[in-house]
Amino acid sequence: MIRKLPLEKGNVPGAVRNLLRLLLALDDVDAVMAPLRTPGARMIMPGMVSDPERIEAIDPVSPCFPLNAAQLLSKLARKPTGAFLVACLRPCEIRAAIERAKLHQGSLEEVILVGMDCGGAFSNRDYQTFSGTVSGDPAEAFCQAIQADELRFPEGLSLASACQACTAFTPDAADIALGTFAWESGFLPVEARTEKGRRFLERLHLENAGMEVCEKRNVVVSDIRDRRIAFRDAMFEKTRAAVDSPEKLAAYFSNCVLCTNCRVACPICYCRECVFMTDVFDHEPLQYRNWSRKSGAIRLPRDVLFFHLTRLVHMSTGCVGCGQCSNACPNDIGVTELFCTIAAGSQQAFGYFSGRSIDEPPPMTVFETSEFPEVVG
Amino acid sequence: MEIYEPTIVAFVCNWCTYTAADLAGTSRLEYPKNIRLIRVMCTGMVDPQYVIKALLEGADAVLVSGCHPGDCHYINGNFKARRRMKLLQEILPRFGFDRNRLRLTWIGASDGIRFVEIMHNITRQVRELGPTGMRNVVGF
Ligand code: SF4
Ligand code: SF4
Ligand code: SF4
Repeated sequence: MIRKLPLEKGNVPGAVRNLLRLLLALDDVDAVMAPLRTPGARMIMPGMVSDPERIEAIDPVSPCFPLNAAQLLSKLARKPTGAFLVACLRPCEIRAAIERAKLHQGSLEEVILVGMDCGGAFSNRDYQTFSGTVSGDPAEAFCQAIQADELRFPEGLSLASACQACTAFTPDAADIALGTFAWESGFLPVEARTEKGRRFLERLHLENAGMEVCEKRNVVVSDIRDRRIAFRDAMFEKTRAAVDSPEKLAAYFSNCVLCTNCRVACPICYCRECVFMTDVFDHEPLQYRNWSRKSGAIRLPRDVLFFHLTRLVHMSTGCVGCGQCSNACPNDIGVTELFCTIAAGSQQAFGYFSGRSIDEPPPMTVFETSEFPEVVG
Repeated sequence: MEIYEPTIVAFVCNWCTYTAADLAGTSRLEYPKNIRLIRVMCTGMVDPQYVIKALLEGADAVLVSGCHPGDCHYINGNFKARRRMKLLQEILPRFGFDRNRLRLTWIGASDGIRFVEIMHNITRQVRELGPTGMRNVVGF
Protein backbone atom coordinates (compact mmCIF):
# COMPACT_ATOMS: atom_id res chain seq x y z
CA MET A 1 0.00 0.00 0.00
CA ILE A 2 1.37 3.39 -1.02
CA ARG A 3 0.52 6.43 1.06
CA LYS A 4 0.84 10.16 0.45
CA LEU A 5 3.17 12.39 2.39
CA PRO A 6 2.14 16.02 1.87
CA LEU A 7 4.77 18.16 0.16
CA GLU A 8 4.54 21.85 0.86
CA LYS A 9 5.90 24.14 -1.87
CA GLY A 10 8.23 21.44 -3.19
CA ASN A 11 10.05 21.30 0.14
CA VAL A 12 11.35 17.72 0.10
CA PRO A 13 13.50 17.95 3.25
CA GLY A 14 10.54 19.47 5.11
CA ALA A 15 8.29 16.58 4.10
CA VAL A 16 10.86 14.02 5.22
CA ARG A 17 11.19 15.81 8.56
CA ASN A 18 7.42 15.62 8.93
CA LEU A 19 7.48 11.87 8.43
CA LEU A 20 10.25 11.54 11.02
CA ARG A 21 8.24 13.69 13.45
CA LEU A 22 5.20 11.46 13.03
CA LEU A 23 7.28 8.36 13.68
CA LEU A 24 8.99 9.88 16.72
CA ALA A 25 5.57 10.70 18.18
CA LEU A 26 4.68 6.98 18.35
CA ASP A 27 4.89 5.70 21.91
CA ASP A 28 7.25 2.82 21.14
CA VAL A 29 9.72 5.00 19.19
CA ASP A 30 12.14 7.03 21.29
CA ALA A 31 14.79 8.37 18.91
CA VAL A 32 15.66 9.17 15.31
CA MET A 33 19.08 8.70 13.78
CA ALA A 34 19.58 10.97 10.77
CA PRO A 35 22.03 13.39 9.11
CA LEU A 36 22.15 16.41 11.39
CA ARG A 37 23.24 20.01 11.02
CA THR A 38 25.24 21.22 13.98
CA PRO A 39 25.79 24.89 14.83
CA GLY A 40 28.70 26.51 13.05
CA ALA A 41 29.55 23.43 10.98
CA ARG A 42 29.14 23.05 7.25
CA MET A 43 29.58 19.30 7.32
CA ILE A 44 26.47 17.36 8.13
CA MET A 45 27.14 14.47 10.47
CA PRO A 46 25.01 11.54 11.55
CA GLY A 47 23.17 12.39 14.74
CA MET A 48 20.54 11.13 17.13
CA VAL A 49 17.45 13.17 17.94
CA SER A 50 15.06 12.55 20.84
CA ASP A 51 13.37 15.95 21.13
CA PRO A 52 10.78 16.57 18.34
CA GLU A 53 11.82 20.25 18.34
CA ARG A 54 15.28 19.29 17.22
CA ILE A 55 14.03 17.40 14.14
CA GLU A 56 14.31 20.75 12.34
CA ALA A 57 18.10 20.34 12.31
CA ILE A 58 17.88 17.11 10.33
CA ASP A 59 19.11 17.51 6.76
CA PRO A 60 18.00 14.32 5.04
CA VAL A 61 18.83 15.12 1.40
CA SER A 62 22.14 16.94 1.46
CA PRO A 63 25.05 15.84 -0.76
CA CYS A 64 27.25 15.56 2.32
CA PHE A 65 28.23 11.96 3.09
CA PRO A 66 31.15 12.09 5.53
CA LEU A 67 30.98 8.41 6.50
CA ASN A 68 28.82 5.34 6.14
CA ALA A 69 26.50 5.59 9.15
CA ALA A 70 25.82 1.84 9.19
CA GLN A 71 28.92 1.47 11.35
CA LEU A 72 27.50 3.92 13.88
CA LEU A 73 24.10 2.27 13.75
CA SER A 74 25.75 -0.99 14.87
CA LYS A 75 26.95 0.79 17.99
CA LEU A 76 23.46 2.09 18.72
CA ALA A 77 21.87 -1.30 18.15
CA ARG A 78 24.43 -3.51 19.85
CA LYS A 79 21.99 -4.42 22.62
CA PRO A 80 18.21 -4.18 23.03
CA THR A 81 16.93 -0.96 24.62
CA GLY A 82 13.20 -1.62 24.82
CA ALA A 83 12.19 1.02 22.26
CA PHE A 84 12.45 1.52 18.50
CA LEU A 85 15.01 3.71 16.79
CA VAL A 86 14.11 5.25 13.44
CA ALA A 87 17.23 5.28 11.24
CA CYS A 88 16.98 7.63 8.28
CA LEU A 89 19.82 6.54 5.99
CA ARG A 90 21.01 6.55 2.40
CA PRO A 91 20.20 3.42 0.37
CA CYS A 92 23.82 2.27 0.50
CA GLU A 93 23.89 2.77 4.26
CA ILE A 94 20.71 0.73 4.60
CA ARG A 95 22.24 -2.07 2.56
CA ALA A 96 25.39 -1.90 4.68
CA ALA A 97 23.28 -2.03 7.85
CA ILE A 98 21.55 -5.15 6.55
CA GLU A 99 24.87 -6.80 5.64
CA ARG A 100 26.22 -5.93 9.07
CA ALA A 101 23.17 -7.35 10.82
CA LYS A 102 23.75 -10.62 8.95
CA LEU A 103 27.33 -10.58 10.23
CA HIS A 104 26.01 -10.02 13.77
CA GLN A 105 27.26 -6.43 13.95
CA GLY A 106 24.24 -4.95 15.65
CA SER A 107 20.66 -6.07 15.32
CA LEU A 108 17.87 -4.47 13.32
CA GLU A 109 15.16 -5.85 15.62
CA GLU A 110 14.53 -2.47 17.21
CA VAL A 111 15.43 -0.37 14.18
CA ILE A 112 13.04 1.05 11.61
CA LEU A 113 15.01 1.73 8.45
CA VAL A 114 13.65 4.76 6.61
CA GLY A 115 15.14 5.39 3.19
CA MET A 116 14.60 7.72 0.27
CA ASP A 117 15.69 8.19 -3.30
CA CYS A 118 19.28 9.30 -3.27
CA GLY A 119 20.69 12.00 -5.52
CA GLY A 120 24.22 11.06 -4.53
CA ALA A 121 26.95 12.85 -2.65
CA PHE A 122 30.31 14.56 -2.96
CA SER A 123 33.57 13.41 -1.53
CA ASN A 124 34.26 15.23 1.72
CA ARG A 125 36.77 17.48 0.03
CA ASP A 126 34.41 18.39 -2.81
CA TYR A 127 31.53 18.97 -0.41
CA GLN A 128 33.62 21.55 1.42
CA THR A 129 34.32 23.33 -1.85
CA PHE A 130 30.67 23.06 -2.92
CA SER A 131 29.23 24.36 0.33
CA GLY A 132 31.74 27.19 0.22
CA THR A 133 30.81 28.30 -3.30
CA VAL A 134 27.01 28.13 -3.31
CA SER A 135 25.14 31.03 -1.84
CA GLY A 136 22.53 29.89 0.64
CA ASP A 137 21.77 26.38 1.82
CA PRO A 138 23.93 23.76 0.07
CA ALA A 139 21.29 21.05 0.50
CA GLU A 140 18.69 23.23 -1.19
CA ALA A 141 21.07 24.15 -4.00
CA PHE A 142 21.72 20.46 -4.49
CA CYS A 143 18.00 19.60 -4.49
CA GLN A 144 17.40 22.26 -7.11
CA ALA A 145 20.23 20.96 -9.24
CA ILE A 146 18.71 17.47 -9.26
CA GLN A 147 15.20 18.73 -9.80
CA ALA A 148 16.31 20.84 -12.74
CA ASP A 149 18.13 17.75 -14.05
CA GLU A 150 21.19 19.95 -13.96
CA LEU A 151 23.83 17.93 -12.19
CA ARG A 152 26.62 20.26 -13.21
CA PHE A 153 28.24 21.87 -10.23
CA PRO A 154 30.45 24.90 -9.83
CA GLU A 155 34.22 24.72 -10.09
CA GLY A 156 34.07 21.57 -12.17
CA LEU A 157 32.94 19.59 -9.14
CA SER A 158 31.18 16.29 -9.67
CA LEU A 159 29.53 13.74 -7.44
CA ALA A 160 31.69 10.97 -6.04
CA SER A 161 32.27 8.34 -8.71
CA ALA A 162 30.61 5.73 -6.45
CA CYS A 163 27.40 7.78 -6.64
CA GLN A 164 27.66 8.44 -10.35
CA ALA A 165 27.97 4.67 -10.82
CA CYS A 166 25.32 3.73 -8.23
CA THR A 167 22.30 1.97 -9.68
CA ALA A 168 20.83 1.02 -6.27
CA PHE A 169 19.90 4.59 -5.32
CA THR A 170 16.28 3.79 -4.49
CA PRO A 171 15.48 2.64 -0.94
CA ASP A 172 14.34 -0.85 -1.90
CA ALA A 173 15.72 -2.51 1.23
CA ALA A 174 14.24 0.00 3.71
CA ASP A 175 11.32 -0.78 6.02
CA ILE A 176 9.71 2.48 4.96
CA ALA A 177 10.62 3.90 1.57
CA LEU A 178 10.06 7.47 0.51
CA GLY A 179 9.89 8.42 -3.16
CA THR A 180 11.63 11.75 -2.85
CA PHE A 181 12.10 11.94 -6.62
CA ALA A 182 8.34 12.57 -7.00
CA TRP A 183 8.79 16.28 -6.25
CA GLU A 184 6.42 17.40 -9.03
CA SER A 185 3.45 15.65 -7.48
CA GLY A 186 2.56 17.74 -4.47
CA PHE A 187 2.93 14.54 -2.44
CA LEU A 188 5.74 12.09 -1.83
CA PRO A 189 4.81 8.41 -2.08
CA VAL A 190 5.60 6.46 1.10
CA GLU A 191 5.66 2.70 0.94
CA ALA A 192 6.17 -0.03 3.51
CA ARG A 193 8.65 -2.53 2.09
CA THR A 194 8.62 -4.95 5.03
CA GLU A 195 6.07 -6.26 7.50
CA LYS A 196 7.66 -4.12 10.22
CA GLY A 197 7.44 -1.06 8.00
CA ARG A 198 3.76 -1.76 7.35
CA ARG A 199 3.02 -2.01 11.08
CA PHE A 200 4.47 1.42 11.73
CA LEU A 201 3.32 3.17 8.59
CA GLU A 202 -0.31 2.18 9.22
CA ARG A 203 -0.27 3.95 12.54
CA LEU A 204 0.54 7.29 10.87
CA HIS A 205 -2.89 7.46 9.15
CA LEU A 206 -1.59 8.89 5.89
CA GLU A 207 -3.93 9.11 2.92
CA ASN A 208 -3.78 6.44 0.21
CA ALA A 209 -1.98 7.46 -2.93
CA GLY A 210 -3.08 6.89 -6.49
CA MET A 211 -0.64 5.46 -9.00
CA GLU A 212 -0.09 8.80 -10.77
CA VAL A 213 2.28 9.94 -8.00
CA CYS A 214 4.52 6.98 -8.69
CA GLU A 215 4.47 7.30 -12.45
CA LYS A 216 6.13 10.70 -12.31
CA ARG A 217 8.76 9.36 -9.98
CA ASN A 218 9.34 6.30 -12.13
CA VAL A 219 10.27 8.49 -15.08
CA VAL A 220 12.84 10.39 -13.02
CA VAL A 221 14.24 7.17 -11.53
CA SER A 222 14.63 5.44 -14.86
CA ASP A 223 16.31 8.50 -16.42
CA ILE A 224 18.83 8.67 -13.62
CA ARG A 225 19.33 4.92 -13.66
CA ASP A 226 20.15 4.93 -17.38
CA ARG A 227 22.76 7.60 -16.88
CA ARG A 228 24.30 5.77 -13.96
CA ILE A 229 24.39 2.43 -15.74
CA ALA A 230 26.29 4.09 -18.58
CA PHE A 231 28.74 5.68 -16.14
CA ARG A 232 29.16 2.43 -14.22
CA ASP A 233 29.81 0.33 -17.30
CA ALA A 234 32.43 2.78 -18.55
CA MET A 235 34.02 2.82 -15.08
CA PHE A 236 34.13 -0.99 -14.97
CA GLU A 237 35.74 -1.18 -18.37
CA LYS A 238 38.35 1.44 -17.61
CA THR A 239 39.18 -0.09 -14.24
CA ARG A 240 39.45 -3.63 -15.62
CA ALA A 241 41.91 -2.45 -18.23
CA ALA A 242 43.92 -0.57 -15.60
CA VAL A 243 44.58 -3.66 -13.44
CA ASP A 244 44.70 -6.61 -15.80
CA SER A 245 48.18 -7.77 -14.85
CA PRO A 246 50.05 -7.95 -11.53
CA GLU A 247 52.36 -5.18 -12.72
CA LYS A 248 49.44 -2.91 -13.58
CA LEU A 249 47.77 -3.69 -10.28
CA ALA A 250 50.95 -2.65 -8.50
CA ALA A 251 51.02 0.56 -10.54
CA TYR A 252 47.36 1.21 -9.60
CA PHE A 253 48.33 1.15 -5.92
CA SER A 254 51.73 2.77 -6.32
CA ASN A 255 50.68 5.76 -4.18
CA CYS A 256 49.33 3.59 -1.37
CA VAL A 257 50.98 4.22 2.00
CA LEU A 258 49.07 1.37 3.66
CA CYS A 259 47.41 3.70 6.14
CA THR A 260 44.37 1.34 6.03
CA ASN A 261 41.94 4.28 6.07
CA CYS A 262 39.97 2.57 3.32
CA ARG A 263 39.44 -0.42 5.57
CA VAL A 264 38.49 1.67 8.58
CA ALA A 265 35.93 3.62 6.51
CA CYS A 266 34.42 0.50 4.97
CA PRO A 267 31.13 -0.54 6.58
CA ILE A 268 31.60 -4.13 5.46
CA CYS A 269 35.16 -4.58 6.79
CA TYR A 270 34.00 -5.11 10.32
CA CYS A 271 36.54 -7.53 11.84
CA ARG A 272 37.88 -6.32 15.14
CA GLU A 273 40.72 -8.78 14.73
CA CYS A 274 41.67 -7.81 11.19
CA VAL A 275 44.72 -9.89 10.32
CA PHE A 276 46.53 -6.78 9.07
CA MET A 277 46.37 -5.28 12.54
CA THR A 278 47.92 -8.33 14.17
CA ASP A 279 51.55 -9.23 14.75
CA VAL A 280 51.42 -11.51 11.72
CA PHE A 281 52.71 -8.43 9.94
CA ASP A 282 55.39 -7.59 12.48
CA HIS A 283 58.01 -9.28 10.34
CA GLU A 284 61.44 -9.91 11.83
CA PRO A 285 64.03 -7.29 10.91
CA LEU A 286 66.14 -10.09 9.46
CA GLN A 287 63.24 -11.10 7.25
CA TYR A 288 63.28 -7.65 5.64
CA ARG A 289 67.04 -7.98 5.09
CA ASN A 290 66.47 -11.34 3.42
CA TRP A 291 63.77 -9.98 1.15
CA SER A 292 65.93 -7.07 0.16
CA ARG A 293 68.98 -9.24 -0.42
CA LYS A 294 66.97 -11.64 -2.54
CA SER A 295 65.46 -9.00 -4.83
CA GLY A 296 68.23 -6.44 -4.66
CA ALA A 297 65.74 -3.83 -3.44
CA ILE A 298 62.22 -3.80 -2.02
CA ARG A 299 59.46 -1.22 -1.88
CA LEU A 300 58.24 -0.20 1.57
CA PRO A 301 55.77 -0.50 3.09
CA ARG A 302 55.56 -4.05 1.93
CA ASP A 303 52.35 -6.06 1.50
CA VAL A 304 50.28 -3.36 -0.21
CA LEU A 305 48.83 -5.77 -2.76
CA PHE A 306 48.43 -8.43 -0.10
CA PHE A 307 46.32 -6.01 1.90
CA HIS A 308 44.04 -4.97 -0.94
CA LEU A 309 43.65 -8.44 -2.46
CA THR A 310 42.88 -9.95 0.93
CA ARG A 311 40.31 -7.26 1.57
CA LEU A 312 38.77 -8.01 -1.81
CA VAL A 313 38.36 -11.72 -1.08
CA HIS A 314 37.15 -11.07 2.44
CA MET A 315 34.52 -8.44 1.70
CA SER A 316 33.79 -7.93 -1.99
CA THR A 317 30.74 -10.21 -1.79
CA GLY A 318 29.37 -7.65 0.69
CA CYS A 319 30.56 -4.36 -0.86
CA VAL A 320 27.63 -1.94 -1.14
CA GLY A 321 29.43 0.54 -3.39
CA CYS A 322 29.13 3.45 -0.97
CA GLY A 323 32.42 5.03 -2.02
CA GLN A 324 33.66 5.67 1.49
CA CYS A 325 36.95 3.87 0.84
CA SER A 326 37.92 6.45 -1.77
CA ASN A 327 36.52 9.24 0.38
CA ALA A 328 38.92 8.20 3.14
CA CYS A 329 42.00 7.72 0.97
CA PRO A 330 44.56 10.49 1.49
CA ASN A 331 46.29 9.67 -1.80
CA ASP A 332 43.42 9.77 -4.28
CA ILE A 333 43.67 6.10 -5.18
CA GLY A 334 40.63 4.75 -7.05
CA VAL A 335 39.80 2.28 -4.29
CA THR A 336 36.05 2.46 -4.87
CA GLU A 337 36.39 2.04 -8.62
CA LEU A 338 38.40 -1.13 -8.13
CA PHE A 339 36.32 -2.56 -5.30
CA CYS A 340 33.01 -1.91 -7.05
CA THR A 341 34.30 -3.45 -10.28
CA ILE A 342 35.54 -6.60 -8.57
CA ALA A 343 32.52 -6.77 -6.23
CA ALA A 344 30.13 -6.84 -9.17
CA GLY A 345 31.83 -10.04 -10.39
CA SER A 346 32.10 -11.63 -6.91
CA GLN A 347 28.43 -11.06 -6.18
CA GLN A 348 27.32 -12.20 -9.60
CA ALA A 349 29.33 -15.42 -9.23
CA PHE A 350 27.11 -16.36 -6.27
CA GLY A 351 23.85 -14.80 -7.50
CA TYR A 352 24.05 -12.41 -4.57
CA PHE A 353 23.39 -8.69 -4.23
CA SER A 354 24.67 -7.29 -0.97
CA GLY A 355 22.14 -5.77 1.39
CA ARG A 356 19.18 -6.65 -0.81
CA SER A 357 17.53 -8.80 1.84
CA ILE A 358 18.15 -9.77 5.44
CA ASP A 359 17.06 -13.31 4.56
CA GLU A 360 19.82 -13.99 2.03
CA PRO A 361 22.88 -15.49 3.76
CA PRO A 362 26.26 -14.03 2.74
CA PRO A 363 27.79 -16.37 0.11
CA MET A 364 30.86 -17.28 2.16
CA THR A 365 28.79 -18.44 5.13
CA VAL A 366 26.92 -21.21 3.32
CA PHE A 367 27.46 -23.93 0.70
CA GLU A 368 25.59 -26.58 -1.25
CA THR A 369 26.87 -30.13 -1.30
CA SER A 370 26.79 -30.15 -5.05
CA GLU A 371 27.72 -26.91 -6.79
CA PHE A 372 30.42 -25.29 -8.94
CA PRO A 373 31.74 -28.48 -10.56
CA GLU A 374 33.89 -26.30 -12.85
CA VAL A 375 36.04 -25.24 -9.88
CA VAL A 376 37.39 -28.73 -9.23
CA GLY A 377 40.09 -30.26 -11.42
CA MET B 1 64.71 -24.59 -25.44
CA GLU B 2 65.09 -24.31 -21.71
CA ILE B 3 62.17 -25.69 -19.70
CA TYR B 4 60.66 -23.28 -17.18
CA GLU B 5 60.53 -24.91 -13.74
CA PRO B 6 57.57 -23.40 -11.90
CA THR B 7 57.01 -23.32 -8.17
CA ILE B 8 53.66 -24.76 -7.15
CA VAL B 9 52.45 -24.39 -3.59
CA ALA B 10 50.00 -27.09 -2.54
CA PHE B 11 47.86 -26.87 0.59
CA VAL B 12 46.96 -30.48 1.28
CA CYS B 13 44.60 -31.94 3.83
CA ASN B 14 46.17 -34.11 6.51
CA TRP B 15 43.48 -36.78 6.24
CA CYS B 16 43.46 -37.46 2.52
CA THR B 17 45.79 -35.77 0.03
CA TYR B 18 48.70 -35.64 2.44
CA THR B 19 48.18 -39.30 3.28
CA ALA B 20 48.03 -40.03 -0.45
CA ALA B 21 51.35 -38.21 -0.89
CA ASP B 22 52.78 -40.28 1.93
CA LEU B 23 51.52 -43.44 0.30
CA ALA B 24 53.10 -42.36 -2.99
CA GLY B 25 56.37 -41.89 -1.10
CA THR B 26 56.32 -45.28 0.61
CA SER B 27 55.39 -46.84 -2.72
CA ARG B 28 58.50 -45.16 -4.19
CA LEU B 29 56.49 -43.25 -6.79
CA GLU B 30 58.05 -40.00 -7.95
CA TYR B 31 56.36 -36.65 -8.46
CA PRO B 32 57.83 -33.37 -9.71
CA LYS B 33 59.98 -31.43 -7.26
CA ASN B 34 58.12 -28.26 -8.33
CA ILE B 35 55.37 -29.07 -5.84
CA ARG B 36 55.85 -27.68 -2.33
CA LEU B 37 53.42 -29.41 0.02
CA ILE B 38 51.99 -27.56 2.99
CA ARG B 39 50.07 -29.86 5.28
CA VAL B 40 46.91 -28.39 6.78
CA MET B 41 44.38 -30.09 9.02
CA CYS B 42 41.54 -29.41 6.57
CA THR B 43 41.09 -27.51 3.29
CA GLY B 44 38.33 -25.68 5.16
CA MET B 45 41.05 -23.81 7.08
CA VAL B 46 42.75 -22.45 3.97
CA ASP B 47 41.85 -18.78 4.16
CA PRO B 48 41.99 -17.28 0.65
CA GLN B 49 44.70 -14.97 1.93
CA TYR B 50 47.13 -17.94 2.09
CA VAL B 51 46.58 -18.52 -1.61
CA ILE B 52 47.07 -14.83 -2.35
CA LYS B 53 50.20 -14.66 -0.23
CA ALA B 54 51.73 -17.60 -2.09
CA LEU B 55 51.07 -15.97 -5.47
CA LEU B 56 52.35 -12.57 -4.34
CA GLU B 57 55.57 -14.14 -3.11
CA GLY B 58 56.15 -15.59 -6.55
CA ALA B 59 54.43 -18.99 -6.68
CA ASP B 60 53.37 -19.80 -10.23
CA ALA B 61 50.33 -21.77 -9.11
CA VAL B 62 48.51 -22.80 -5.96
CA LEU B 63 46.79 -26.12 -5.41
CA VAL B 64 44.32 -26.82 -2.64
CA SER B 65 43.58 -30.48 -2.30
CA GLY B 66 41.17 -32.17 0.06
CA CYS B 67 38.92 -35.15 0.59
CA HIS B 68 36.20 -36.21 -1.83
CA PRO B 69 32.76 -34.68 -1.14
CA GLY B 70 31.17 -36.51 1.76
CA ASP B 71 34.53 -37.70 3.13
CA CYS B 72 35.66 -34.59 5.01
CA HIS B 73 37.03 -35.45 8.43
CA TYR B 74 35.33 -32.30 9.74
CA ILE B 75 32.11 -32.95 7.79
CA ASN B 76 32.07 -29.98 5.39
CA GLY B 77 35.46 -28.22 5.25
CA ASN B 78 35.96 -29.21 1.62
CA PHE B 79 32.63 -27.63 0.61
CA LYS B 80 33.73 -24.36 2.18
CA ALA B 81 37.06 -24.65 0.38
CA ARG B 82 35.20 -25.03 -2.91
CA ARG B 83 33.27 -21.77 -2.37
CA ARG B 84 36.47 -19.93 -1.53
CA MET B 85 38.21 -21.32 -4.56
CA LYS B 86 35.24 -20.26 -6.68
CA LEU B 87 35.67 -16.74 -5.32
CA LEU B 88 39.43 -16.73 -5.95
CA GLN B 89 38.88 -18.00 -9.48
CA GLU B 90 36.47 -15.13 -10.02
CA ILE B 91 38.71 -12.42 -8.58
CA LEU B 92 42.34 -13.27 -9.38
CA PRO B 93 42.02 -13.79 -13.16
CA ARG B 94 40.97 -10.11 -13.34
CA PHE B 95 44.52 -9.29 -12.33
CA GLY B 96 46.03 -11.51 -14.97
CA PHE B 97 46.45 -14.73 -12.97
CA ASP B 98 45.32 -17.50 -15.32
CA ARG B 99 42.52 -19.57 -13.84
CA ASN B 100 44.68 -22.69 -14.30
CA ARG B 101 47.05 -21.36 -11.66
CA LEU B 102 44.30 -21.79 -9.06
CA ARG B 103 43.51 -25.45 -8.59
CA LEU B 104 41.27 -27.46 -6.35
CA THR B 105 41.30 -31.26 -6.41
CA TRP B 106 39.88 -34.08 -4.32
CA ILE B 107 42.42 -36.84 -3.69
CA GLY B 108 41.49 -39.62 -1.25
CA ALA B 109 43.93 -41.17 1.25
CA SER B 110 44.36 -44.31 -0.84
CA ASP B 111 44.83 -42.43 -4.15
CA GLY B 112 48.65 -42.50 -4.12
CA ILE B 113 48.85 -43.18 -7.84
CA ARG B 114 46.26 -40.55 -8.66
CA PHE B 115 48.17 -38.05 -6.52
CA VAL B 116 51.30 -38.57 -8.59
CA GLU B 117 49.38 -38.31 -11.87
CA ILE B 118 47.70 -35.06 -10.84
CA MET B 119 51.00 -33.51 -9.72
CA HIS B 120 52.53 -34.38 -13.09
CA ASN B 121 49.57 -32.90 -14.95
CA ILE B 122 49.51 -29.67 -13.01
CA THR B 123 53.26 -29.19 -13.32
CA ARG B 124 53.06 -29.74 -17.06
CA GLN B 125 50.26 -27.19 -17.43
CA VAL B 126 51.94 -24.55 -15.29
CA ARG B 127 55.23 -25.02 -17.14
CA GLU B 128 53.37 -24.09 -20.30
CA LEU B 129 51.86 -21.01 -18.66
CA GLY B 130 55.32 -19.83 -17.63
CA PRO B 131 56.06 -17.35 -14.84
CA THR B 132 53.39 -14.94 -13.54
CA GLY B 133 53.85 -11.19 -13.94
CA MET B 134 54.19 -11.15 -10.17
CA ARG B 135 57.87 -11.99 -10.55
CA ASN B 136 58.54 -8.32 -11.30
CA VAL B 137 56.70 -6.89 -8.30
CA VAL B 138 57.15 -9.56 -5.61
CA GLY B 139 56.29 -8.30 -2.14
CA PHE B 140 54.79 -5.00 -3.34
S1 SF4 C 1 26.36 5.20 -3.39
FE1 SF4 C 1 24.21 5.32 -4.14
S2 SF4 C 1 22.94 5.24 -2.33
FE2 SF4 C 1 25.06 5.69 -1.62
S3 SF4 C 1 25.18 7.92 -1.50
FE3 SF4 C 1 25.87 7.39 -3.53
S4 SF4 C 1 24.02 7.44 -4.83
FE4 SF4 C 1 23.35 7.41 -2.71
S1 SF4 D 1 34.77 -1.34 -0.30
FE1 SF4 D 1 34.42 0.87 -0.45
S2 SF4 D 1 32.55 1.04 -1.69
FE2 SF4 D 1 32.63 -1.09 -0.95
S3 SF4 D 1 31.43 -1.10 0.95
FE3 SF4 D 1 33.59 -0.76 1.52
S4 SF4 D 1 33.82 1.48 1.63
FE4 SF4 D 1 31.91 1.07 0.50
S1 SF4 E 1 43.31 4.67 2.18
FE1 SF4 E 1 44.50 4.86 0.28
S2 SF4 E 1 46.66 5.03 0.97
FE2 SF4 E 1 45.46 4.29 2.73
S3 SF4 E 1 45.63 2.04 2.59
FE3 SF4 E 1 43.74 2.59 1.51
S4 SF4 E 1 44.40 2.81 -0.65
FE4 SF4 E 1 46.27 2.86 0.61
